[in-house]
Amino acid sequence: MTIDLKTVKHISKLSRISIEDEKAKKLAGDLNSIFEFIEKLNKLNTDKVEPLTSIAETTLKLRKDEVKSENIRDQILKNSPNENKDFFVVPKVVE
Amino acid sequence: MNNIISQSLTDLIKNIKDKKISSEEVTKSFIQRAEKSKKLNCYITEDFENAINKAKKFDKKPNYDSKLPGIPVAVKDLFCTRGLKTTAGSKILSNFVPTYESTVTQNMWSEGAIPLGKLNCDEFAMGSSNETSFFGNVQSPIDKNLVPGGSSGGSASAVAGQLSPITIGTDTGGSIRQPASFTGIVGLKPTYGSCSRYGIVAFASSLDQAGPMAQNVKDCALLQEVISTYDPKDSTSIDFKRSHYSEELTNNIKGKKIGIPKEYRVDDMPKEIEDLWQKGIQYVKDCGAETIDISLPHTSYALPAYYIVAPAEASSNLARYDGVKYGFRVKGENLIDMYEKTRSEGFGAEVQRRIMIGTYVLSSGYYDAYYLKAQKVRKLIKNDFDEVYKKVDAILTPSTPSSAFKIGEKTNDPVSMYLNDIFTVPVNLAGLPAISIPAGHDSKGYPLGLQIIGKAFDEQNILNIAFAMEEKINFKNKIADWWIK
Amino acid sequence: MSKKNLKYLIKRKDNLYEVVIGLEVHAQVLSESKLFSTSATKFGAEPNTQVSLVDAAFPGMLPVINEFCVKQAIKTGIGLNAKINKRSVFDRKNYFYADLPQGYQISQFKDPIVGEGKVILDMPDGQKEVGIERLHLEQDAGKSIHDIDPQSTFVDLNRSGVALMEIVSKPDLRSPDEVSAYIKKLRSIMRYLGTCDGNMQEGSLRADVNISVRVKGSKEFGTRCEIKNVNSIKFMQMAIEYEANRQVDLIEEGKSIDQETRLFDTKKNETRSMRSKEDAHDYRYFPDPDLLPLEVSDEFISELKNNIPELPDDKKKRFIDEFKLSPYEATILVSDIDTAMYFEEVVAKMGKNKDIKLAVNWITGELFAVLNNKNLEISQSPVSAKNLAVLVNLIKNGTISGKIAKTVFELMLDGDKDPQKIVEEKGLKQQSDPKAIETLIDKIINDNREKAIEYKQGKEKLFGFFVGQAMKASGGKANPQLINEILKKKLQ
Repeated sequence: MTIDLKTVKHISKLSRISIEDEKAKKLAGDLNSIFEFIEKLNKLNTDKVEPLTSIAETTLKLRKDEVKSENIRDQILKNSPNENKDFFVVPKVVE
Repeated sequence: MNNIISQSLTDLIKNIKDKKISSEEVTKSFIQRAEKSKKLNCYITEDFENAINKAKKFDKKPNYDSKLPGIPVAVKDLFCTRGLKTTAGSKILSNFVPTYESTVTQNMWSEGAIPLGKLNCDEFAMGSSNETSFFGNVQSPIDKNLVPGGSSGGSASAVAGQLSPITIGTDTGGSIRQPASFTGIVGLKPTYGSCSRYGIVAFASSLDQAGPMAQNVKDCALLQEVISTYDPKDSTSIDFKRSHYSEELTNNIKGKKIGIPKEYRVDDMPKEIEDLWQKGIQYVKDCGAETIDISLPHTSYALPAYYIVAPAEASSNLARYDGVKYGFRVKGENLIDMYEKTRSEGFGAEVQRRIMIGTYVLSSGYYDAYYLKAQKVRKLIKNDFDEVYKKVDAILTPSTPSSAFKIGEKTNDPVSMYLNDIFTVPVNLAGLPAISIPAGHDSKGYPLGLQIIGKAFDEQNILNIAFAMEEKINFKNKIADWWIK
Repeated sequence: MSKKNLKYLIKRKDNLYEVVIGLEVHAQVLSESKLFSTSATKFGAEPNTQVSLVDAAFPGMLPVINEFCVKQAIKTGIGLNAKINKRSVFDRKNYFYADLPQGYQISQFKDPIVGEGKVILDMPDGQKEVGIERLHLEQDAGKSIHDIDPQSTFVDLNRSGVALMEIVSKPDLRSPDEVSAYIKKLRSIMRYLGTCDGNMQEGSLRADVNISVRVKGSKEFGTRCEIKNVNSIKFMQMAIEYEANRQVDLIEEGKSIDQETRLFDTKKNETRSMRSKEDAHDYRYFPDPDLLPLEVSDEFISELKNNIPELPDDKKKRFIDEFKLSPYEATILVSDIDTAMYFEEVVAKMGKNKDIKLAVNWITGELFAVLNNKNLEISQSPVSAKNLAVLVNLIKNGTISGKIAKTVFELMLDGDKDPQKIVEEKGLKQQSDPKAIETLIDKIINDNREKAIEYKQGKEKLFGFFVGQAMKASGGKANPQLINEILKKKLQ
């Protein structure tokens, strides 16, 4: 299979990474060589194999319903790229 | 006391406990070495002033019962450290200062270790040469033109170059073992679930494990003992009975059965590697262990499966770096524009490449063909190991298919870069522990490593085998401080 | 059992269209802390004060699941007569949005915790069964606030990570009224179970409405549109009305319907396409590698099953059997758990010689009227169940008349006063001494002899006049039954 420029653009849209044409072309080339390598898996018949869901052979541990985290708004907003004491701020979103 | 920096961790601890040296002296020695070693580009963030203060504090009120009393340690910049910049080698986190501490680093500080700073690594641990870091590539103390391996390249160079007596790295597909092998040191990737992932910048959650890197097996065992704890804050952390790895360390491996998997004898493997492997087989036999030829039939499918699973998880794990809550942001006309510009400028080429691969393999219509298929292959690989572990106690392989390569040699060929992980990746896919120990040199004098793979939770066994072999191998790293002067 | 409700059809020229509706209800789980973090879930806190490092998706932060939320989901599943899946898996639903800090929502995609179930609706034309497709646990997102600043959107993550149950119905609903009944029934069941408070104003219960239309009698489904996040029953009904008609019009004009996500604009009372969701359809679901599969044992489930309270359907049946209520009365009393509890307390407090019908009339009549007027929930009732029981008993045993009781009830409203005391203090006790009433009646007949004669001659209407006079003379306290009896005797 080949990954064309259109596909690269589509994936970049889904990934929210803008890509200009030059870079997209190079990326398409890289991805094609990587997928050529990945396609090796197609040689293997896995029809009857159960997929692995978790490598840790244990079940999910459940925690008690207790509030332990206090108000740490200052910490939460400390690294925020904008300066606002109460909120994260992003460019206007139109719904 | 002279040559502090060349002492092993075990010796440093003994000398500190015997009050022959102070933590301050030790800390200052490693800092001085680091100051002289800027060329290696090991550090992203130095915290030397604080380190000296903490060492002084330790000396004033020493606790010799702790396991790492006053020992200065620098760590890979993938571990979040409270109040100390944590970048994951990326521009997108270049200004990020966590308000919290990862469990494994906390474990070290709680045992008396003193943080020196944060070590360079491939961006988000994606790389095998430490060339993808936003903060520049790391140079190998072995040779000026060599990569130290990756992604824990800064960590490997720091230990091999004696900038830090020990360190911790993370290993998703070989990121501890491969650089350890390239720089002539010991590196352990523990069983998945052994070390908490809490506070470690995630690359591929089902594969990531933190682990120790050290100059010798005993130091490595001690550090593993410190960092491996059950942590309820990580749902994949496993509550098993952990040994006192360093105390229980023994070179008695008589009667152990060691598997030699034929599938690791890959095409175009240099003869030097084959010879090293044969030497390794002889060493374990000399130690009284038995070697058995085994087969891990799905080995060749591991790398393609890995390059589906790891990027898929990464594409999702790295979605949080969007310029909204922390880190680097590029202004945009609207929210989507901001996302796209931030992520395009904030992530480097390799990270973008992997996010794209991961997004693609998970996207509508491709999930079954790629991700599901890869998880099935993963099951087969795990089954291979389960099967052979009915017959053997551990498996011996080369750590890498070649010695360290040159800086820039593989940067334009992602697939050949990926192939470097061919021997290390199956272990991550199966969640097993494995250790790389230095076992010899190639014709150019570059170190070569052997890998011992164990059963899940059987770190003690592979540490013992490594310990026994280490004695026989008697490896000496050839480091001539090329970067000084 | 399930009678087709054929009333809601849309007519255009010669065509009759049927509306097919399926709901995805998002019900906030009642819990102290969030689904995967230990921050609080309280409503109305200052922005970003109930946000942990996990909720804000800081690097290296990991989810750890809340046991109580798991129990709440299973309990709700039991309440929906649904299959509980002993093994379920958490997946990541990947998309970018300002109030989704992780860049993905942890949800359940392929293997939800609860499978197929059903709920029964009481419609005016009979019962209707609505199939439940599944129930799964997921994280709520934060809140984007668009109206603080003209250039920016502000994000509050307090809600980020709060546990939600997404309850997906089969496309079994056919009218706005059925949708209303369905939501009310779900709400009722969850409030009985204590798994969701059902408070729609606070956003604890919201729904995505999937709507399609088809020519009546057609077996095929039409193309559906999803109206996102409607947070009141009234708006759901309005949105369905609008959207169904829009779709019918498109079909009548020979145009096609785009399968899309739409938004209900409550100001304009119309639905419109959501631009921001346009290219977000590829969610790239995959199992969350930070979490293991969730496994629950048979014991875990049966323990919960054994502690399930009586639910509305069973309670209704019992009210009918045990208290001889009409299905209509029973439905009203069980629809809300607080009403049912109030009623049962009244019944219990009335003791042995009780008149349940009378109690029902008082609750659904006088009490409901007062609550309605004062805009109160029954849990805030100014008259306690105990005192209402006393009042009903006072009527039943003849201490006061129904008419006097209304006066007493008015007085009880002020501070939940004991009706017995009111009766004593105000001297409102019913006159039930036959001799005294006889004397009183004798005097009235004496004073109105002419009318008495007229009555005896056949002007029977005048009986009412005498009753009125007797009541007046007794100050309203005479036992009306006795007045009747004695008057009849005397006027013979």
